[in-house]
Amino acid sequence: MAEPAINKKDEINKVVDEGIDKGIARLTPEKIKQVINKVLASETGARLKAYVETCVHCGLCSEACHYYLSHDNDPKYSPAGKVKQTIWEILKKKGNVDPEFIRNASRIAYTECNLCRRCAMYCPFGIDIAYLMSIVRRLCHMLGVTPLYIQDTAHSHSACLNQMWVKEDEWIDSLFWQEEEAQDEISSLRIPLEKEGAETLYSVIAPEPKFRAQLIYQAAVIMNVAGVDFTMPATPGWDNSDLCMFTGDYEMMGRLKKAHFETAMRLKVKRIVMGECGHAFRSVYDVGNRWLAWKMPPIPIIHAVELYYELLKEGKIKITKKYDKPVTFQDPCNIVRGKGLHEKARYVVNAICEEFIEMHPNREHNYCCCAGGGVINTGPQYKMTRIKGNRIKAEQLFATKARGAKVIIAPCHNCHGGIEDINHHFGLDMELHFLGDIIYKVMEKPE
Amino acid sequence: MVMHNLSTWDWETGKKLIVDTGKWKNMFDGVEEPYASPDGERIVAVVKTGDMEFRVCENDTLWESTFDKVWYLKFGPDNRLTALVSDMGAWTVSVDGVAWENTFDFLWNTKFGADGKNITVAAQKDMEYFAVTNDISWEARFSDLSNLTISHDGKRVAGVVPTIPIKQGDIFQFQEGCYSAVVDGKTWDANFVNVWGLAFSHDSDHVAAEVRTSLYDYTIAVDGVLWDKVYSSVWMPQFSPANGSVTAPVRIAGKWTLAQDGNSFWDRSFYQLWHHMYSPDGKKIAAVVAPKYGRWTIAVDGNPWSLTFGDLVTDAVFSPDGSRIACIGKEDGKYTIAVDGRAWGETYNMVWQPVFSPDSRRVAAKVEKNGRYTIVIDGKSLKKSYEALWDPVFSPDSKKILIKGIEGDSEDGKYFRQVLTVTEITG
Repeated sequence: MAEPAINKKDEINKVVDEGIDKGIARLTPEKIKQVINKVLASETGARLKAYVETCVHCGLCSEACHYYLSHDNDPKYSPAGKVKQTIWEILKKKGNVDPEFIRNASRIAYTECNLCRRCAMYCPFGIDIAYLMSIVRRLCHMLGVTPLYIQDTAHSHSACLNQMWVKEDEWIDSLFWQEEEAQDEISSLRIPLEKEGAETLYSVIAPEPKFRAQLIYQAAVIMNVAGVDFTMPATPGWDNSDLCMFTGDYEMMGRLKKAHFETAMRLKVKRIVMGECGHAFRSVYDVGNRWLAWKMPPIPIIHAVELYYELLKEGKIKITKKYDKPVTFQDPCNIVRGKGLHEKARYVVNAICEEFIEMHPNREHNYCCCAGGGVINTGPQYKMTRIKGNRIKAEQLFATKARGAKVIIAPCHNCHGGIEDINHHFGLDMELHFLGDIIYKVMEKPE
Repeated sequence: MVMHNLSTWDWETGKKLIVDTGKWKNMFDGVEEPYASPDGERIVAVVKTGDMEFRVCENDTLWESTFDKVWYLKFGPDNRLTALVSDMGAWTVSVDGVAWENTFDFLWNTKFGADGKNITVAAQKDMEYFAVTNDISWEARFSDLSNLTISHDGKRVAGVVPTIPIKQGDIFQFQEGCYSAVVDGKTWDANFVNVWGLAFSHDSDHVAAEVRTSLYDYTIAVDGVLWDKVYSSVWMPQFSPANGSVTAPVRIAGKWTLAQDGNSFWDRSFYQLWHHMYSPDGKKIAAVVAPKYGRWTIAVDGNPWSLTFGDLVTDAVFSPDGSRIACIGKEDGKYTIAVDGRAWGETYNMVWQPVFSPDSRRVAAKVEKNGRYTIVIDGKSLKKSYEALWDPVFSPDSKKILIKGIEGDSEDGKYFRQVLTVTEITG
């Protein structure tokens, strides 16, 4: 693979993004140099040096990237190409880059890389290119050049400690509402709030109370039927999501993770179970906790896939009749490449569905949904960037559909967002569900 | 600090059956988790008495009123019980079964002053937000209210509010600063990008807050006035009870240290430093710190214990005389208590915040192992285990300890209040 020549005129995206445009307008070459060199000097070290000096520019990472594959192997979209257009150039020029360079770097880092880490598996040296792109995002954050929509989400995180501007009373009221609704189905059902000493804290991301409250309902039914001793907090700290991790605002990321884990510590729970979200898992299990100096999460935290696996394996959830439509399974990057949950997920799918048809590639080799890494949070103006950047996913799904799959199961909110768009744009006409949707449908419930 | 009037409690009666909560299950359609009063004389729970009908059961008695929702049962330091109750969607506070006169569209986050006389809640009515203390609402209304904080004497209330309406998606206006602190309904003159943890001075006259003045600049504001230094991050400030100065953990060059009134205070830094606290006399400061990456301990006046834990350190507390410190530590998934840099020998599945005796000589804690609870004093465990248990309380002379627990298995439910001499446990 040839590495791309840098042609700034070609690179400039026509998308209007006030967050980036106004940020660029405030930059000077002096400020850029000063911020870049400060960040590189104080926040990077051996890891960056090792990656930069180890890369032999072989281009084996290219075939790993859904953007590259979806753009007919255009080298500009290869992982190494994106690195060359951003951090390598920054290092080579010792920060002497102009505002237009930063505009280009911001667009690449925030909207043309999902930080999915697939390329790291294809690199003969295991170079984590997502880390390199995260450095670019960190630089863009420090320079004030972030896409408007994701920056607004980061502001919500900072003001409300959740990503959707959900006020303290609205959160509690949403839980009351879901509990009351679910009691129509199971009269003894509870969503216990602030139950100190419960075994499990159940945490979600803010889109659940805001737009997808049925997921809280379903989780409550599953946990009540299975006898899970759980609680949910009535305080900020309930949202496990973290778009600050993706804007590069690590200080705010730390504040969010502190609130989350300290909520669990205050309630004296043994573990945290989080809903079906991928990016939040990355934040609580890897990045956010470690920024705070916890090598591992101070309270063990498991993804919903792991909870469902446990409940089904231990017979705490029984299936009345398996889901009869043929399904395929989207492996979310952050729980598969992040923790290797692919086999547990398959155990769950096989336990609840009659027919499971693998998409290919799969497991840790699966293609990203192209929404993750905060890319979907950059807003509607980048929707076509995501869709065009993941034609390969549509092809993968068409092939799976041709083999009989009618339903896609994706245990991740971002995967849902990305695949819904691909589904509509390419006319896939497949159903899309969370695991919880199907477990709720097929499980035994009290009369 | 909570101030119970311990001298009025019964320290003479040994073991007393308060009520058999097991029979509640047969009396009601549903029973939620119970709460024991600080003095142990009462045990309460929200119970379901009909379709969408809930009441509070207190020992053998039901509160007279029924509600369509009851939540957040909280005992104050003076043993009064508060509940947030809804009747036909109108929310109020019920104190020992007597409802406040005013109603609201939502209430949450009940707070008490140290003596329990003042009860404050966050309130929302007609989508406007404010605080209510003893049924008296702030006159001022805001579009949101968070971080509700009450002064030590309970007489003053602070929070964080938006002061400039934020248009959805207007990131530039947000970054100009649209939030401030509010104290007794009056906002500070200055606006900030963010305001988080608030702390009252011990005389209740001043408020300090952690603030962000741009996306990158964090500092401490005292009564709305900023320290003259900024940091890459800060955590919750505290006032010294001795001289009124303000200290806060601050992040400089990627590590954390303690600053006082905007100046360097501790001469060393840590991978993490938070939850700092003053001894009652204000002469010492302790904090949870990470002296090595991934190792946690307590530092006293900047000097870390040699004992460290890999998972976490939390719930630190000074002894009343300020000479000792106890905390919870966790290593390889097992919890224990550490006192003055030494861990108890035994580990547990869960441990609650340690409690010092008034003479500062003893440390007790509620612990859980394999689903059963007991009390441990100075590392020595009470032989009996419980189905449910509440934090122990030492008598004023430190010679006795009050145990509040439900004995037997989950089918049983006898709730006892028991006073033991400390030596019955420690030998």
